Amino acid sequence: MAVDKFPVEGSHIMMFARSIADDNQIYYDADYAKSTEAGGVIAPPTFAQSSAQFDPTYFLRPQIGEDWFGSGKEATSIKKKESSGGGGGGGGGLHAEQHFEYHRHIGPGDVLTAEVKPGKTWEKEGKRSGKLVFSETITEYRDQNGELAITARGVGVRTERPVDQ
Amino acid sequence: MALSASNLKAGDTYTECLVDDLSRTQIVMYAGASGDYNPVHTDEKFTKEMAGYPSVFAHGMLTMGMTGRMLTNYVGDGRLTKYGVRFTSQVWPGDTLNSTATVVDVTDGIVNLSVETTNQDGAVVLSGYAAARVD
Repeated sequence: MAVDKFPVEGSHIMMFARSIADDNQIYYDADYAKSTEAGGVIAPPTFAQSSAQFDPTYFLRPQIGEDWFGSGKEATSIKKKESSGGGGGGGGGLHAEQHFEYHRHIGPGDVLTAEVKPGKTWEKEGKRSGKLVFSETITEYRDQNGELAITARGVGVRTERPVDQ
Repeated sequence: MALSASNLKAGDTYTECLVDDLSRTQIVMYAGASGDYNPVHTDEKFTKEMAGYPSVFAHGMLTMGMTGRMLTNYVGDGRLTKYGVRFTSQVWPGDTLNSTATVVDVTDGIVNLSVETTNQDGAVVLSGYAAARVD
C-alpha cells in the first residue's frame, strides 16, 4: 500500500505491542527506553505493516459511507455482482510470506513514506486449495530525511477454493 | 540484553510459548492496532457463510508479530537486521503456539537464525529466518 505520511507514534506502538502480547517496556515506557541500548522507544519488528492505518483507501478497512464486505444483517453487505469474491481469504486473499530488512529501527517522531513496487507473480497447483496465484510487492519505507529505513517484501496468494482443513 | 558471538554455536536453540489458547479478542486487538480489518479474522458469520472456513482465523501477521517477540527477547532490542517468514498453516482461536529460533551460523558479528512456530498438534504454522547483530 502506498502511504504518503506514516507518522510513527508512541501510543500506536503501545497498542501494537499489546496486540502481540509483548510486555517489553521498551514499547511502553520512554524513560526506561532511554536507558537501553536503543536509546528510546522503538517499534516492534513487524510494526511497519500497520502503515495500513495511514493508507486513505486501504481495502481491508471499511470506508465511511460505503458498503463493507463483512456481515451486518446478511453475511456480506456487498451485492453479489459487485463482490470481489473468490479467493480463500474472502476478498483479500491470504498472506503467504512476509520479509523485512531493517536498515535502521524506527521509533516515535519518525515520519515515514511507503512506496510500493510490484514484484513477481507466479502460479502453483495446491493440494488443499486448487490453483494458487501468488503475487509479490516490495514496499520501501523511507524516513523524513529520505533515508531507507525498512524494506518489506510481501507475498499474497489467491486460492481457487478455501483451504481444506 | 544482546547476545555475545563467543557464546553462540550452530544448533543452539531458544524457545518461547507465544500464546496459550489464542482468544478471538486478541485477534480483534491485532486487527485494531494493525489496521487489517479483513472480516475473516473477526467476523464469524462472514467467514463461515461467505469465505467457507469453519471459524475466524488469526492474521498471519499476528503470528509473525508474536514470533518477532520471541526473537527480540532472544537477540535484544533493535538488533534484528532481517526477519522473514512463510505462513504454512492457518492459526485458529484456541490454538497454543510455541516458537523456536535455532542458530545457523555466526559470522562477522551477525547471527543467522532459522525460525519455526508450531501449534499444539505439532503442525508448523510459520517458518522463516532472522539475522541479528551480536556483540
